[in-house]
Order: sequence, then structure tokens, then C-alpha cells
Amino acid sequence: MSDTLTTLAVTTLPLSQLASAAVAPGKELLLGAITGLVFGFLLQRGGVTRYSVIAGQFLLKDFTVLKVMLTAIVVGAIGVYGMRSLGMEVPLHLKTATLWGNLVGGLIFGVGMVVLGYCPGTGVAALGDGSRHAIPGLLGMVAGAAIYAELHPWFRRNLLEPLDLGKVTLYGQAGVSVWVFVVGLAAIAVALFITLERWGANRPTAHPAP
Amino acid sequence: MSAWFSLRKWSPYAVGIALGVLSWITFGFMSKALGTSTSMVKLAGAAECLVAPAHADANAYLAANIGTAAKRKAILDWQLALVAMLPIGAFVSARLARAGGEPRFVEHVPKVWAWRFGPSRPLRYAAAFFGGIVLIIGARLADGCTSGHGISGGLQFAVSSWTFFGAMFVSGVVAAFALFGFEGRKHV
Repeated sequence: MSDTLTTLAVTTLPLSQLASAAVAPGKELLLGAITGLVFGFLLQRGGVTRYSVIAGQFLLKDFTVLKVMLTAIVVGAIGVYGMRSLGMEVPLHLKTATLWGNLVGGLIFGVGMVVLGYCPGTGVAALGDGSRHAIPGLLGMVAGAAIYAELHPWFRRNLLEPLDLGKVTLYGQAGVSVWVFVVGLAAIAVALFITLERWGANRPTAHPAP
Repeated sequence: MSAWFSLRKWSPYAVGIALGVLSWITFGFMSKALGTSTSMVKLAGAAECLVAPAHADANAYLAANIGTAAKRKAILDWQLALVAMLPIGAFVSARLARAGGEPRFVEHVPKVWAWRFGPSRPLRYAAAFFGGIVLIIGARLADGCTSGHGISGGLQFAVSSWTFFGAMFVSGVVAAFALFGFEGRKHV
């Protein structure tokens, strides 16, 4: 009897229908939740859940965003490619180089990031850091996803399909070891950071040093 | 150690290192890459399933992300669980910082925005909503955002990600100066 009821409920109500098949295994959700907790903590700690810090980056006054991102990229690359070099099975998650999409999408994204004042991750995290205008921002992001879903066929035909290089990497295209790029980027990052710190044009604004 | 957690802010380099190590863990032990913007598609798809299920099923892009009623893909997945916890993580961090002396922070209209466009909350909310729309259209067209392309793709040296990163940065700088001007630098 209860089985019949469950079946009935699952097949008739769209909500329970969604719920039945739409949830990933608990372990995966737990790992995602822990990752999100740490990620959100770090974004707030870095000051990048603040509009002034993001706007300050694009006005080339406060280089916090670039420092956080470049450091994360270099450290992340050393670990991920290091584990692979040690023979560990660490799959890559490369996104397809549909260059017109990456380029035009990036240009559109930059405008949105300045007007909203956040990227998707920092915008959602900012909800927990006192940003009230991030609430309409999040609603806009969901609306934007719905709008994109309608526009996708046009974008696919005109921007994505004409130029698709596949899941390629810079070091693969250059035909060199990934470590050339890791060491090269690390050197550029260190030189840039030293310059920025000396220049002093990068005084943090939202969180003045104690 | 506890004093460190209640510091008002960590060095951006310390935060960057921690994010890098976090991506070792997601790549190495979860077989996942940090990302957030696909979750917006999942949320939009879930909403459409509730109000217009037939329309959602007929949309190929939504079907690719959340499946169809006949064969549903996980909507609440690893990444959406991550996204749902982002505000909690930020909240915990903010509370610890407040315990360390940081004043309570509530922002309806950012300072530089108020300087340029006035203190109107409806105007700022409308702009944030519009900015969110533009942001995700860009992210989905590029197939990633600042986390998926910026951090995860950047550390893999993906051609797609560095193309996105360069375009996003240049466009953001142009947009910021167009919106706030050189004077705006004094107000951030």
C-alpha cells in the first residue's frame, strides 16, 4: 500500500519527481558541502566577498583578487601536476577551447562582474558576509542561466561550433612539458607580486591592515 | 592558531595558497574541479521544471545539464552542495573576524556605487539583478567562471581558461573605468 502511494506520489507530483532522481549520492553531497564551506570561508578571509575589493581590482587600485587567483593557480598547478608526475591517478578536467565562446563570454562576464560587483562564487559567498544586494544578484544569475538556455542554440551555431580546438592545453599546444609553464608562471607571479608590493599602489581598501 | 582564525583578514597570498591546496584535494581525492556557475543552470532548470516542465524538457541546453523528466540527471550534486555552503563558510569566517574586532558589515549599496549613482537601494538592487544576468550569460557562453575557468582551468593551463581569463580581465577594467571613471579609484 505504501509502495503504491510512493509510486503514485513520485509519478504525479513534479516536486517529488524532481526529488527522487535529482539528488546525487550522499557522500558526493557531503564532500561538496565541506569543499563549499572551506571555499566560502577562504573567500571571505581573502576579502573578495566585498564589492569594494572587486571594483578596486578592476580600477587597478587594489590587487587582492589577482594576488589570490594567481597564487591559487600556481600552488594548485604544482600540486595537481605534481601528483600526476608521481604516478597518482588524478584526472584533468579541461574545458573545451571554443575560443570565440571563451573570448566573447569572458568579455560579457567582465562587464557583469563589475556591475554586480562579484563573480558567481564570491557573489553567493557574499550573501553570508552581509551583502544584501547580492540577493538580487543571485536571482539575476539564475535568471541569466534560464535566458542563456534559450539563447544557447544561437550561440552554439554562431560562436561555439565555428572554432573548437577541443580540450587543449597551452603546454600541449606549445609542445613542451607542463613544468615549463608552471615554473614560468610562478616566476611571472613572483615578479609581479614583488613589483606590486614595492609599488604600494595596492593598499587594501575594504579591510585596512590592523 | 585561534588568534589567526579571528584575524580580520588573511594575506591574499595565504588565501591563494589555501585555495590551491583545496584544489589539490578536489582534483586528487574527489575527482572534481572547483566551479560554481553550472549550479545556476541547475537552479534555473529546477525552477523551470516546477513551473513549466514541458518547456524545460524541450530545451536541449537544460536537458544536457539536468536531464529530462524521463531520465533525470542530478540537480543537487557535488557543485550545488558546494555553492549552497559558500554563504555558510563566509558567514563563519565573518563571525570569527567579528569576534576579533571587525565591525559588523551590512551592505545595501556599496560606497563607490553610492558615490557614482546615489544611495538608492532599488537602483542598486536592479543593477545587481541585471549584472547577475549578464554575468551568467557570459559564464555559460564561455563554459566557466572565475572558479571553473579562473582557478581550476588556470591551474591546468587550459587554452579555454586562459582565453577567458584574459578577456574577462580586460573587459572588467574597461567596464570599471567606464562606470566609475578615474575618480572612482578614490572611492573604493
